[in-house]
Amino acid sequence: MMRFLVPAGFLLLVGLFWLTLDRISEGEYNPRDIPTQFIGRQAPAIDVPDLFNPDITVKTADMKDQVWVLNVWGTWCNECLREHEFLVHLARDKKIPIVGINWRDQASDAKAMLARMGNPFMRLGFDPKSKVAINWGVYGAPETFLIDANGVIREKHAGSLNANIWEKQFSHYFTTTGKDS
Amino acid sequence: MTAYGHKKTAFLSLLCALLLSAISFNSLARVDIHKFDNPQQEADYKQLVGELRCLVCQNQNLADSNAELATDLREQVYQMLKDGHSKDDIVKYMVQRYGDFVLYNPPVKKITYLLWGGPFLLLVLAMIVIMLYMRRQKQEQPEISQTQKQKIHQLLDE
Repeated sequence: MMRFLVPAGFLLLVGLFWLTLDRISEGEYNPRDIPTQFIGRQAPAIDVPDLFNPDITVKTADMKDQVWVLNVWGTWCNECLREHEFLVHLARDKKIPIVGINWRDQASDAKAMLARMGNPFMRLGFDPKSKVAINWGVYGAPETFLIDANGVIREKHAGSLNANIWEKQFSHYFTTTGKDS
Repeated sequence: MTAYGHKKTAFLSLLCALLLSAISFNSLARVDIHKFDNPQQEADYKQLVGELRCLVCQNQNLADSNAELATDLREQVYQMLKDGHSKDDIVKYMVQRYGDFVLYNPPVKKITYLLWGGPFLLLVLAMIVIMLYMRRQKQEQPEISQTQKQKIHQLLDE
């Protein structure tokens, strides 16, 4: 009995280990994920200056009556670099309205990166002191929220965004008006 | 007081001093410069940053963490206290945004039953395993025959 159980248990552990690592690398599982408190709740306020034009304030109310995406990022974050190309693709090819929050960053670094890799953000708030980040319960970067036309948060993804996650979690909100669901 | 008593008190105070120094080293690990309106506010601040968890470095509280988000969260706690919010308000504010996860002392409810009960469950399981093991060992103890007993006595007497 024991002679059979021990190797079987070991194999089971190896299998679980492999599966979990695979899901982590695919971005489907994040062991440090903190379940968000915001799904189904009204989007919190944004109240920070625009990165390119500090006289303008970026506000949640700017995006009234449309489905939009909020993306929190920084040039210090590698996963943000990894997803950036995909964000550019979403904005350019699919016309997805993305509001960026540049979090805990140097304005000059952020501008340089956008000049080099493209700017997918229709508005871009500058948040060096985590004002927006804390108000939205952000604990890492990148984090992506989906807000419907009623201003309610529907989805959140912590970690790099890719086509796979977009199709599964986000894309269907843009095939409808976003008012009904 | 006897000499023995002196020794004992000396030992105890040394122990206390050591423990206290450990505590103060810990709180010296990080320094923010904050001015408080009154001692109560400062006490509230210290208690809150001790109870709230750093979300980046998930095994530290806000007080011990040097992570940047933790710095900003401490600032948030400080500002809210200065604005006259109560401790409960601030905890509620954090839980609304980060969930019970942000608390080092989460409330007992359905989703945390396993968290609170798990250790006791493990203890009971471990005790059952040990009991089964001991019972088996007892059963496996070989019977000693009369001749063997005689031999043992012989050996012991020698």
